[in-house]
Amino acid sequence: MRLVAQRQYRSPRFRLDWLVVNGTDSSVISIEGLSKVFAGPPRVTAVDGIDLQVARAETFGLLGPNGAGKTTTVGICTTRIRPTAGRAVVAGVDVTRDPVAVKRSIGVVTQFNTLDRACTVWENLYLHCRFFGMSAGPARRRADDLLTRFRLSEHAAALPAQLSGGMAQRLQVARALAHRPTVLFLDEPTAGLDPQSRLALWEIVADLKRDGVTVLLTTHYMEEADALCERVAIIDHGKVLVCDDPAKLKRGLGAETVVNLHLDQVTDDLQGRLRALPAVVKVEPVEGGLRVMVTAGDGAVPAIAHEALGSGLRDMSVNEPSLETVFINLTGRELRE
Amino acid sequence: MSETTAVRSPAPATSEFGRPTARAAFVGMMIRDARVLRRNIGEFLGRTLIQPFLFVFVFTYVFPKIGQGFTGSSGESFATILVPGLVAVAIVFTGIMAVGLPLSIEFGATKEIEDRLMAPLPVWAVAIEKVVFAAGQSLLAGLCVFPLVYFIPATNVSVHVSNWALLVIVMALACILSGSLGLVLGCVVRPEKIGLMFAIVVVPLTFLGCVYYPWAQLAPVRWLQVVVLINPLVYLCEGLRAALTPELPHMATWAFLGAAVLSCALLLVAGVRLFVRRVIT
Repeated sequence: MRLVAQRQYRSPRFRLDWLVVNGTDSSVISIEGLSKVFAGPPRVTAVDGIDLQVARAETFGLLGPNGAGKTTTVGICTTRIRPTAGRAVVAGVDVTRDPVAVKRSIGVVTQFNTLDRACTVWENLYLHCRFFGMSAGPARRRADDLLTRFRLSEHAAALPAQLSGGMAQRLQVARALAHRPTVLFLDEPTAGLDPQSRLALWEIVADLKRDGVTVLLTTHYMEEADALCERVAIIDHGKVLVCDDPAKLKRGLGAETVVNLHLDQVTDDLQGRLRALPAVVKVEPVEGGLRVMVTAGDGAVPAIAHEALGSGLRDMSVNEPSLETVFINLTGRELRE
Repeated sequence: MSETTAVRSPAPATSEFGRPTARAAFVGMMIRDARVLRRNIGEFLGRTLIQPFLFVFVFTYVFPKIGQGFTGSSGESFATILVPGLVAVAIVFTGIMAVGLPLSIEFGATKEIEDRLMAPLPVWAVAIEKVVFAAGQSLLAGLCVFPLVYFIPATNVSVHVSNWALLVIVMALACILSGSLGLVLGCVVRPEKIGLMFAIVVVPLTFLGCVYYPWAQLAPVRWLQVVVLINPLVYLCEGLRAALTPELPHMATWAFLGAAVLSCALLLVAGVRLFVRRVIT
């Protein structure tokens, strides 16, 4: 038996299989040629040939508008959606081949409040620990510990219906982490949260990075992806348009400043005059005005304002390029619906 | 939020973890359901006891007292006929209430079953856990109802068990069938249609389930006697009749056992398949 095993290991074919199953050494999530078609009707291609690699301890963002295929991709990685083609390997296990093994290594926070409403806040954590094989004593201690760390101890005996949106979301993240998963999936974690709760959740995610947890989060808030993710994949219509470090993506625009002009009228003449200005790299019409991309810093702004004044300039903003700019540049559309 | 630092020490090598096995997850879910049942025990007793209590009280206590008592065709008291029927109804009704309703809501409205689906066991096992726990709850309901139907009637109730093995088998089948039926209904019925389900499934199931009359006595209405055979409750009532009140007319043992086993198997397989289809797309 031992001889056979050694021979298999040496055979090039076996090595290849091993590499395919485990991805590259450092990748915890490895997605190759992944597609999902919902037969419908209507027939919908939600994911259309996606390739992604997420490294250990990386915080990775899937950024795109609603309906882009983010949630379907997460659904496949978390064993809940069967792919039509391609494969997804999470924590070294093919999700279609051994979903139970995958579930042991992952924590999932969906975009809905899925807390068990028949159980208290404490019980939600305690029972989750029991589901993952902890015996009563350690599960009790883990639940207490998580309540303290997520500042929910005062609400231990409350039912989930009595929690605010921010607290419920904190509890869901605490629950997803209770069994110490190696990968955490956060699907639109801050949708519908107030700004303060959103910031609190961002801090939790930043701490996870420090603790070595791999995080895959989906969002349609570009500031969120920008603030949290080391790399983002911008996806639209089920395809990855671009995948890189947010700073590199923004640098790739070739502009340092974005000037948004809110105008009464947009004429070709004005656009021509703006384009002729030094440092202006791109002028594009947007709803209610023009977006002007400039290579230099603020220096070019007075000249742009001067040209625009004759066209009924109502408002003007000067910003650094954001991931939204990247998205618009790629798709010609705004990210928000 | 410095408190969250060290939430994730990536060191699962501590002894706090048992093995995250499917069995541990299954047991965890039983513990969850038991906690919820214990918390809602008043609700459970209310919905289990009130209806059979009123039924027995009005038909077998008040009616005989005011001179409207029924008797069966062979002279046995209506109270005796009701014992197996009401126990069977309590069992089946509990399966629908304990699995069907919560599942319909957890699937359709609140999605709170998510955490159990992400536990480290196959999703079909989550469905089986629902059935197993519901079967236990159904047994409890049947046992709670028995004293009511035995002690309240003003007329004589004649119950004697001559074949305990048969009673155990029929009760076990009844409880599993109850959980399986609950699973099927929970997967099929949308939460906003629960009221409709009671009107078009539960009420006909009860009235045409040989609860209030032995199946053999339907002989004069032959077409009805045939039609009710699609109702699995018929076999449970007949089975309990054979086990508890053997002097009443009842179906042959092979007939009700065979049909009950078949109904159980069909409902369980259908329920698990529907469940998995709802959960994995």
